Amino acid sequence: MTPDFPSIAALRLGYGFAPHAAAPGDLAAVMASVTEAARPDQWTTQAAADAQIQLAESRKALNAKEIAQEDYRRVAQGLNARRLEVLQRRVARALDAPCGFGERLVQFWSDHFTTVAQNPPQYLMAGAFVDEAIRPHLNGRFGDMLFASSTHPMMLVYLNQNTSFGPNSRYVKARPEKRLGLNENLGREILELHTLGVGAEYTQTDVRELAELLTGLSFNIRDPQRFRVQAAEPGADTVLGTSYGGPGTDGMAEIARVMGDLAVHPATASHIARKLAQHFAADDPPPALVEDLAATWRGTGGDLAQVHAVLAAHPALAATFRQKARQPFDFLIAALRSLGVTGEQVLAMEPSRVNQVMWGPLTLMGQTFGRARGPDGWPELAADWITPQTLSARIAWALRQPERLVDPLPDPRDFLVTALGGTASEALATAVPRAESVREGVAIVLASTDFNRR
Amino acid sequence: MITRRFLLKSATLAACSAAAHPWLSTMTFASVPGDNRLVVIVLRGAMDGMDAVQPYGDKGLRALRTGLSVGPQGGAHDLDGFFALHQDLGDLLPLWQAGELAFAHAIATPYRDKRSHFDGQDLLEAGTGNDLPIDQQKGGWLNRLLQDMPNARAETAYSVGTEEMLILSGKAHALSWAPDARLSLSPQARLLLTDVYHDDALFREAAADAEAIGGSLPEDRMMGAKGPSADAVKLATFAASRLNGDTRIAAFSLAGWDSHARQQQVIGRSLGQLSAAILTLREALGANWARTTVLAMTEFGRTARENGSAGTDHGTGGAMLMAGGAVRGGTVYGDWPGLAEGQLYQDRDLMPTRDVRAYAGWAMRGLFGTEAGHIEGTIFPGLDLGPDPGILR
Repeated sequence: MTPDFPSIAALRLGYGFAPHAAAPGDLAAVMASVTEAARPDQWTTQAAADAQIQLAESRKALNAKEIAQEDYRRVAQGLNARRLEVLQRRVARALDAPCGFGERLVQFWSDHFTTVAQNPPQYLMAGAFVDEAIRPHLNGRFGDMLFASSTHPMMLVYLNQNTSFGPNSRYVKARPEKRLGLNENLGREILELHTLGVGAEYTQTDVRELAELLTGLSFNIRDPQRFRVQAAEPGADTVLGTSYGGPGTDGMAEIARVMGDLAVHPATASHIARKLAQHFAADDPPPALVEDLAATWRGTGGDLAQVHAVLAAHPALAATFRQKARQPFDFLIAALRSLGVTGEQVLAMEPSRVNQVMWGPLTLMGQTFGRARGPDGWPELAADWITPQTLSARIAWALRQPERLVDPLPDPRDFLVTALGGTASEALATAVPRAESVREGVAIVLASTDFNRR
Repeated sequence: MITRRFLLKSATLAACSAAAHPWLSTMTFASVPGDNRLVVIVLRGAMDGMDAVQPYGDKGLRALRTGLSVGPQGGAHDLDGFFALHQDLGDLLPLWQAGELAFAHAIATPYRDKRSHFDGQDLLEAGTGNDLPIDQQKGGWLNRLLQDMPNARAETAYSVGTEEMLILSGKAHALSWAPDARLSLSPQARLLLTDVYHDDALFREAAADAEAIGGSLPEDRMMGAKGPSADAVKLATFAASRLNGDTRIAAFSLAGWDSHARQQQVIGRSLGQLSAAILTLREALGANWARTTVLAMTEFGRTARENGSAGTDHGTGGAMLMAGGAVRGGTVYGDWPGLAEGQLYQDRDLMPTRDVRAYAGWAMRGLFGTEAGHIEGTIFPGLDLGPDPGILR
């Protein structure tokens, strides 16, 4: 079966069908969703830093017995609710988008530039990272997204750039007792994960030189300054044969220059083309799609709008239909969409309900929101996601949650069409009417291979 | 370009497709790698080793701590005239007396100075040093042990819980299940899903495994677990049920050790969970307890000094708990570094005197006959095993 364009657009590029939104009929509608997703939400670095300060000061006041235990608990609970709100707002936008391609790209690029929140204020900072470094550049140049990511407080903290100092900088020389120095973490990940890819021809020297060039980048919740020249390593640094920095140059501008060069490097084009193809088409991605994306990247200097458009229109999407497993977050959104749950409903949920319907199940399915295992992000292969206990968690969600969200439940035979359009397999179409109850009929649709693949 | 990881996953799948129940069908007749069993419990959040096993015989202790870790005077149980067992581990005293409980003190992983839980736990589970490139830090040391075990099969090792356990991740196929995971289907729904999954090997096999595992759970016992230690009891019950079959290695984690404030309450609750987990394992393993070694390890210890909020902050040296019928118990192992001025690490933490991996290494050497060179070169790359501490009977 070759699915039609609206089915491809909804299932392969978006978060699935929804009874309240018509599937996009053409490429223009698909690309319009990217423009919509480029609009930031409400999270900012400033708000996240304020939350961190508030928590720290409440703890100090509690320790000094200036406030009562319950005052502190109220602050902590408020922050925890806002942590859940980061998930709620992300889900709400994905539910309300007529076509989910833009929000799927938010997910893809946020994962390409993985950060992991360690506490509630950091969840707000991770929200700010998406709004400030990812969304604004969805239709722009990859080089700008790369620079925004590499200089964002969330990334600086996550990959330890805020504790990396030029060993010969004035700042370090004035504090010999602190034994400060270089941290290669961000420099290495930029080359290995964010741009060239681990198979590319770069050396340990390139890693070290890039790390030296990045010194000076800093973040402190009480100091908006993002670059401190006194902490930067003096002298020029050579990355992949090109010299950056040195006397008379501007530190931040030179960091932007190296990011611009890395962004258009042919190895970066190939690396990210393959990642996009693997995420949207197949675990073993079609070479033609990879090459077309890479060629567009090379030809346009990493213009994401054009790369995304080539992906969205590519015939390989139809040829590899259902070769991907939906990741738990995709599964959750697609299930809520198919049940007709709206963003408004999700935003109105109490924290306990958010935990019950979304946060907890995502954890049981193996994808705790915002908590990828490492800087390389979530795994991509179907076999990573469909395991005995995580498939059980999907089936459990399909059995228990719909009746709590929708009253009355839809007729399973209608729901099959709502959720999958005309793409349901014969086996599923045969099975659904044979279910013993409405509840189980709906569950079989949501637990099916058809629904859990895209 | 096809990645190695992709090939590995594909090979696993192809093997799974060969039989409807790839591991269950052969389970009864499979030869297993010996009778010895190893359970690793990862204590997430940094257990205060100096409070769990209090060195009250060290005169320096009272200068560092006044409200915490005061020894038998504060209700702790004397062990050997120098160390005392925290009162909330008191239920384990009979094991100490029976020679089935031991500790290693002043131990640490190679992780130093940043004192981050996240990095510290990753290093603990990876079993590597600090000096390896990131791509070699993937995968856990229990998985590398599994790769070396003759006759190892999927069911030889089990990761228990909802979270992915880095310690068991890697090339060798291990099983995983969460005690709270359920596959509760009506007979008709099961039949229909079997049809729906029939042509998709990945779903078909995962569902078959899920049904097989889910169906063999000691359901009533686990449903009955209540109270603050219910989760620990469930994890231990499930682990024991596997270990009573063909499983020889099980890993799970207990969280909640980060006692920056009100340590007495925080650590009390967590020690209660650890204690419940150990007692559950002992009871549920029955005769197999005699061949079992449990290692409970944490990412690092906590500050030697009490802080201003009746807690302790992130430190370095800590303690490991060892339990089981295979353990030579009744001893606190290790060289005690002392708590006097100049004896602390960075004038702040208990000085580690031995790598925690050396104890785990000697345990696997004794339990599975793993060669020393393989332990030092592959399972714990860069480790110096050092002399045998003699922790096993």
